[in-house]
Amino acid sequence: MQIKRFGFFAFLFALSLTASAGDGHDSHDSHDDHGEKSIKEQINEVKEHHLKDSHSFHLWGDHAKGNSVEFPLPIILWDGQLHFFMSSEFHHQENGVVESKGSHFRLYHSKIYSTDAEGHINYDEEHHVTNEKPIDFSITKTVFSTILVGLLMLWMFGSVAKRYKNDLVPRGLSKFLEPLVILVRDDIARPNIGEKDYKRFMPYLLTVFFFIWIANMIGQTPLGINITGNIAVTFGLALITFFITQFSGKKDYWAHIFWMPGVPYVMRIVLMPIEVLGLFVKPFSLMIRLYANILAGHTVIISIIGLIFVFGAWGAKGAFFGLTFFLSIIELLVAFLQAYIFTMLSALYFGSAVEEHDEHH
Amino acid sequence: MALLEDFSVGLFFWQLLLFIVLLIVLRKYAWKPILGAVEEREKSIEDSLASAEKAREEMERLQADNNRILAEARAERDTILKEAREIKDKMINDAKSEAGSQAEKIIANAKEQIQNEKMAAVTDLKNQVAEMSIEIAELVLGKELSDKSKQGELVKEQLDKFKLN
Repeated sequence: MQIKRFGFFAFLFALSLTASAGDGHDSHDSHDDHGEKSIKEQINEVKEHHLKDSHSFHLWGDHAKGNSVEFPLPIILWDGQLHFFMSSEFHHQENGVVESKGSHFRLYHSKIYSTDAEGHINYDEEHHVTNEKPIDFSITKTVFSTILVGLLMLWMFGSVAKRYKNDLVPRGLSKFLEPLVILVRDDIARPNIGEKDYKRFMPYLLTVFFFIWIANMIGQTPLGINITGNIAVTFGLALITFFITQFSGKKDYWAHIFWMPGVPYVMRIVLMPIEVLGLFVKPFSLMIRLYANILAGHTVIISIIGLIFVFGAWGAKGAFFGLTFFLSIIELLVAFLQAYIFTMLSALYFGSAVEEHDEHH
Repeated sequence: MALLEDFSVGLFFWQLLLFIVLLIVLRKYAWKPILGAVEEREKSIEDSLASAEKAREEMERLQADNNRILAEARAERDTILKEAREIKDKMINDAKSEAGSQAEKIIANAKEQIQNEKMAAVTDLKNQVAEMSIEIAELVLGKELSDKSKQGELVKEQLDKFKLN
């Protein structure tokens, strides 16, 4: 309750200061343009940099000033043959071009392009890069973070499982994780899938719930990790839900899609394409919902943190700090909520796939 | 389209691979034992509650049994006591009546004996009186009568006419 009120006042305060502080700072920003990048450009850069995947793990510091602290990650490329090197190679070479097995690669705006030996980037009229891109199987920051999440989960649940071997009473970590496992079982799987079939889907539901939640939570740390805000990640998760749904579909499920029982024949023909479309829309919505929520959350937080630097007045800085604090707490809630919703809807789809109708309606 | 441009095939590939591996490993080494343990515990809790309930019922039954047995024992004790009391009363009564009759008999015997003794004493006295009378008569008459026995009879006859009571 208090946090809510605090956040609300911080928000009002920030709004009232925005108007007064705005004018004085436009001139200040334009003044900066001559020398270094303006603060707004820097913020935009940080935002871009954070939201996109990266080929090295950047911890802190400024790249341009040369004081950045980061560790390299392996680059794996495929353009007919396999190339493997560390991302630090890009910085070691003079023009940023890495030569591997006779091919040349350059990192440009966090994407890797095939170039000639000098690293020329060609553009079309709309300033799009026309260089060919190799298929990038690199262990990027997001892949690396995913591995970390996986290892964390293995450690957490492995140790919990081991603990249960000797003692059925939950202690330590189990005390914290068991209610969540039971939440997934009793509030998500059982009511949506049904007592008969829910056990089959438990491993997937538990894995996807904890994976999304932990990935979301790691995204809240200052490490700048953004796993679930990548469309490729959410696509992968939604795809698995899609396939599990279709492969566990029983006769009734397919009957409801292709030949809806209990409605006139004309309506059956009309309903068929709608139902078939629904097959794909459902996982698509899962993909977009998770991706958009997390991406939006990160964008808002970074933007507000940026505003702390945009405004000079200490009152405004404090207010935006408060607002960031408040929104971060909401993001913690969103992190859990999105994991819950993804799992819940997956369970709902599984439930509709295994449902058996006794009566025809 | 920015969305498609952002889509990284490599990331998708790794994500899918890592997730599936994670799913398989966790299923075997984490979810199965954890869910198994949770279910086992739930079952054991249910069983314990059921057995506790059963034990409670059993106890109630035992208690009822105990009460019944106690009541029976009490009733039995009461009947035994009552019987004992009756027997005691009867014995006392019997003894009393026995003693009474014995005493009566003894008294009757004693009375009879007294009567007999008395009768004998009276007879004896009568005889002595008769003899004494004869001697007295001999002395009075001064002379011996010829038929002593006839005289004696005469006196006795006379004496019998006196009731010596």
